[in-house]
Amino acid sequence: MKFAIPVFPGSNCDYDLLNALRDCLHTPADLVPATTTDLSGYDAVILPGGFSYGDYLRSGAIARFAPVMTAVKAFANSGKPVMGICNGFQILTEAGLLPGALQANESSKFICQVSALHVSNTDTRFTTAYARHQDIKLPIAHGEGNYYCDDATLAELKAHNQIVFEYVDNPNGSVANIAGIVNRRGNVLGMMPHPERAVETILGSVDGLGIFDSLLMNHVQGDAHVENR
Amino acid sequence: MYLAKVYVTYKPSILDPKGEAIKDALHRLDYENVAAVTLGKYFEIKLTAGEKSLAEQVDEMCDRLLANVNMETYRYEITELEA
Repeated sequence: MKFAIPVFPGSNCDYDLLNALRDCLHTPADLVPATTTDLSGYDAVILPGGFSYGDYLRSGAIARFAPVMTAVKAFANSGKPVMGICNGFQILTEAGLLPGALQANESSKFICQVSALHVSNTDTRFTTAYARHQDIKLPIAHGEGNYYCDDATLAELKAHNQIVFEYVDNPNGSVANIAGIVNRRGNVLGMMPHPERAVETILGSVDGLGIFDSLLMNHVQGDAHVENR
Repeated sequence: MYLAKVYVTYKPSILDPKGEAIKDALHRLDYENVAAVTLGKYFEIKLTAGEKSLAEQVDEMCDRLLANVNMETYRYEITELEA
């Protein structure tokens, strides 16, 4: 299973992700520039964290119009897995691939800490490696990670089991303690916590491995057969 | 040539921590009567008339880029600039 990691000017978690995929999971992965228009040959795309385009205007607002995003949209529409971590999540909401938006943290502070998360849906292709109702710990590092959506959207998310990760102790004011969601089809995941920073014991946690293991496992079993239930 | 002045602000339901911080700072400067501060974005866009109406174009710009309509609202004024 081959991963593409689009790199925008200002991305800064791209190499962490590359390290996690190549060195810890021993799966091929490439950094691809934001000008790439062709993602054929890849089985999954992960948008890395950072401050794409300096967070000018709004987080993710400019990255959304980078050439690679047209390819990412087509990739997602074809049912292949797309994931966005932190700034990647912000880009996915700005691009309309996921509902809602990320607003400034309630405290107005940049929060950098390890957060306990509840895996609320283990039936997505990103989370099957976790035990049902498992609690995990992942690092978070963001100033604008406060997930917001209106009541109608929240009802939709709940009705279709799209809330995948919830904060045990809400650090940023997110609606319904939301730390990560999938689209209705279940092939696009956005999350503020950083699984790529929790893949080796030396990093303090290996709880992030489950997401990448799930992707690999579900790919081997025949991609796209694990739909969001 | 025309000038569009675009104002983007948060919807009332959205938290504005920067506005709150500014309000607190104003209180510390003894402006006790300050009840609320909202921080928004202001754009000046110079443009020429095209095939679409200017208002239609500016609406589109706001919806597609200048504002995130999930969180923000916008308003604008368009004036003709003297040659």
